[in-house]
Amino acid sequence: MSIVTLQIGQCGNQIGGELFSTILEDAFGKASTVSKADNEAYIDEVLERFFHRPDSGKRNEVIPRARAVMVDMEPKAIAQSMLDAKKSGRWVYPKGQQFCQKRGSGNNWAHGYCKHGPQAQEAVMDMVQREAEKCDRMSGFLVFMSLAGGTGSGVGAYITECLRDHFPHSFITNQVVAPYNTGEVIVQNYNALLTLSHLYQSSDALLILENDQVHKICMQLLGIKNISFRDINKVIAHKLASVLQPVKPIGSNFPSYMHSNHISDMLTSIVPHPEYKLLTMKNIPQMSERSIAYSTFTWSGLLKHLRQMLIANAAMEEGIDWQVKVKSSTSHSSAIQHNKSIANLLLLRGKDVNTANVDGFQESCLYAPWVPSDAVCSVWATPRPFNLYEKSATLLSNSQSPIAALNTVVGKAWNMFASRAYVHQYIRYGLAEEDFVDSFAGLEQVIKSYSEL
Amino acid sequence: MTQSIVVQVGQCGNQIGCRFWDLALREHASRNKHGVFDEPLSSFFRNVDTRYDDPANIPIGIGKNKIKTLKARAVLIDMEEGVVNDLLKGPLGDVFDCRQLITDVSGSGNNWAVGHMMYGQQYREEITESIRRAAEQCDCLQCFFVLHSMGGGTGSGVGTSVLSLLSDEFPDVYRFVTAVYPSAEDDVITSPYNSVLAMHQLTQHADCVLPVENQALYDICHKISQALPPEKTGKRMVGGHSRVKADSAVTASAGGLVKKSDEKPFDKMNNIVANLLLNMTSSARFEGSLNVDLNEITMNLVPFPQLHYLVSSLTPLYALSDINLPPRRLDQMFSDAFSKDHQLIKADPKHSLYLACALMLRGNVEISDVRRNIERLKSSLKFIHWNQEGWKTGLCSVPPVGQPYSLLTLANNTCIRHTFSDLKDRFVKLYKRKAHVHHYTHVDGMEMSQFSESLESLTTLMKEYEGLETNMGRIVDDVHRLQIAS
Repeated sequence: MSIVTLQIGQCGNQIGGELFSTILEDAFGKASTVSKADNEAYIDEVLERFFHRPDSGKRNEVIPRARAVMVDMEPKAIAQSMLDAKKSGRWVYPKGQQFCQKRGSGNNWAHGYCKHGPQAQEAVMDMVQREAEKCDRMSGFLVFMSLAGGTGSGVGAYITECLRDHFPHSFITNQVVAPYNTGEVIVQNYNALLTLSHLYQSSDALLILENDQVHKICMQLLGIKNISFRDINKVIAHKLASVLQPVKPIGSNFPSYMHSNHISDMLTSIVPHPEYKLLTMKNIPQMSERSIAYSTFTWSGLLKHLRQMLIANAAMEEGIDWQVKVKSSTSHSSAIQHNKSIANLLLLRGKDVNTANVDGFQESCLYAPWVPSDAVCSVWATPRPFNLYEKSATLLSNSQSPIAALNTVVGKAWNMFASRAYVHQYIRYGLAEEDFVDSFAGLEQVIKSYSEL
Repeated sequence: MTQSIVVQVGQCGNQIGCRFWDLALREHASRNKHGVFDEPLSSFFRNVDTRYDDPANIPIGIGKNKIKTLKARAVLIDMEEGVVNDLLKGPLGDVFDCRQLITDVSGSGNNWAVGHMMYGQQYREEITESIRRAAEQCDCLQCFFVLHSMGGGTGSGVGTSVLSLLSDEFPDVYRFVTAVYPSAEDDVITSPYNSVLAMHQLTQHADCVLPVENQALYDICHKISQALPPEKTGKRMVGGHSRVKADSAVTASAGGLVKKSDEKPFDKMNNIVANLLLNMTSSARFEGSLNVDLNEITMNLVPFPQLHYLVSSLTPLYALSDINLPPRRLDQMFSDAFSKDHQLIKADPKHSLYLACALMLRGNVEISDVRRNIERLKSSLKFIHWNQEGWKTGLCSVPPVGQPYSLLTLANNTCIRHTFSDLKDRFVKLYKRKAHVHHYTHVDGMEMSQFSESLESLTTLMKEYEGLETNMGRIVDDVHRLQIAS
């Protein structure tokens, strides 16, 4: 099954390119713990999933083409991404699947949504259609975009609505990058507010990544001194790949990966209710290449840390608060409230994966009381290691985890809105004050729903 | 890639423009070694085939065509001939052609009304035609940069008349104005009148104004000349100073077309303004990991339509010759950017209230450097309560010529109101006695009410900044958020 990706805006295009590179690096990397045949099956599935190979020639003869549609309102980011891909020698972007204009959206969501979006619609949807037709079987769309800028957020929100109209039965996942708390775009909270409230109507799931958290991972876990956007994007790509690379539901008897983790299966298990569609990812281990050689992992150790990361809502394994304990919903002790989930998806990759004990993630007190206890946590696994890690685990979680950040965004935007600062810039492109109020109301509802789990 | 057109008006505007084009060519030449006409170059220049009588535009194609003849995307306007003629005779003469020039012979006599009402009307069609021609040669016109002084007659008068013309004819194209404000000791007696009358227009018609002040530029030049190694031999070297690279100063023209011997007295000061323009547009022209297009500047820095006056600073003023870059030196650049003596107007943003601030970086700087410095400086700067995180950053990977990295800050800061109130005081001093007013009212179309309206507009603007500043330092409670009924 294949996934068609849309990369929108500078951030979207950078992350998309990084993801394809990471995926191939992993696929063609060392995999000594699995049989050759298994590894071949894995590689085939990876290629099928993310790349189109014209004439279905031998793997080594035809350079794979990413199943991607690139959209940006100015040409520089797309040109750079295409060049990087070509230089890698491993893959390229398909020809003619790039849509760019000459003038950017200028950090203005309204410029992207009300002006550029409608102008781009026809051409972009043609490209999407063309890309979809190249797939034998398509499992859904994955949209990469940022929340802060104008193009990623505005055009991204608009194009997602178009996707929903044209492909009412396909699964649409939006991978959104939340900007640094300070210092990227001043109107970022407005842009994020408008984007999230619109995506909440049209998308099936919002996979949220926060630059601040990824920055910490680069600094503390990977030991990078001068962190660049490329480093940030690499970590994001790594996290995404750890979810998107082939893996099978535990207990499934299919020999190959052919019938494994489609976006659709993933979303069915993790988004059980349309009111709750905010997803986050937690990975373990994450370390620099140098450190891997000196580290050993056990499944029990990894999963114990991962579980604590979940309940203490930590973005990485360093500095987890071990004081946070799960308590039953009846007791009213003063202990810190743990992070409650709707559903979790645990992905395990590596040696002896069958020995991993995942009971810690199945406890019903981790979850909202109304979730049926057999639907709370799915476990998918593969003995094939991921990206140099002998053993690694990823938790895709639908929980309260992103609510704090969301709450901050809404709070700051509301403060600004109370002074009507910057609002004239949006009105200029056709948005009204009521549109802001509607978006505020929508997101306050989401915050409330999650907070009351 | 978008294009911009520079409209330079009056003596000051044309002199700054001259420096801008020289340094812009120098910057592109240092990047573009193969002499091809590429996208970055196209934002300010056209590539033309001069064998035709009406030089034909050579389309950019895929950015691999050889440069034939470069023509600046500029319109030069002056109501006397001297400066423009000098420009044409100089080494930059080839960059312009006669259809881009609009001149008269008699000058505006330091009278805004003559410039705005008389010449503005008289040349309106010719100017429109000229700008339209320049606009038609753009693929996607993003921005006009209008350069003029505030104190004289032509710059302030015709310049602001061009501005209102642009807002009528090209409402979708951004209008950035670089305006040189007169210092307190200005030799033009009517300069307060001209400035206040012009400001009324700027407040109404510009998207963004970058005020610069002669005195501030002069002080920066002085600071640099003290740090530079002595030019004459025999002068004793003072320890450490020899480490400064003379070519790297923001006032230097080395590597440009104009020879050192032909340097004019204001060139050093004008080079600073030219660098301001280059650094502001670099992220829109060159690649970088966090691009800032010109429309993002107004989007992020202008919270209310009329408060569009931005205080700018350039750092470092010069580079040291030793090429090691300890983080300490990088951090110093950030600190300097907020100090009083690096601002391009005489103002002190650090002790006033920030509405928003942009950091435009070039060269060897990573996002983590920016974050570290924002964290470090945040506590010493006061931001308005609804914009505590009012930082916009841009990273352009191409450094300025001669320097490993640079920082341009653009701040929307209430300190600008002091510049305005000084101006107002000087205006009122003259206006109380109605001194020189008759020179203005003699001009057709000029009404007395223009004076009072302009004064009113300036007062309102100052009040708005003042009103925002009263909240400075106070803890403001968060506004009650929407409640969801359960």
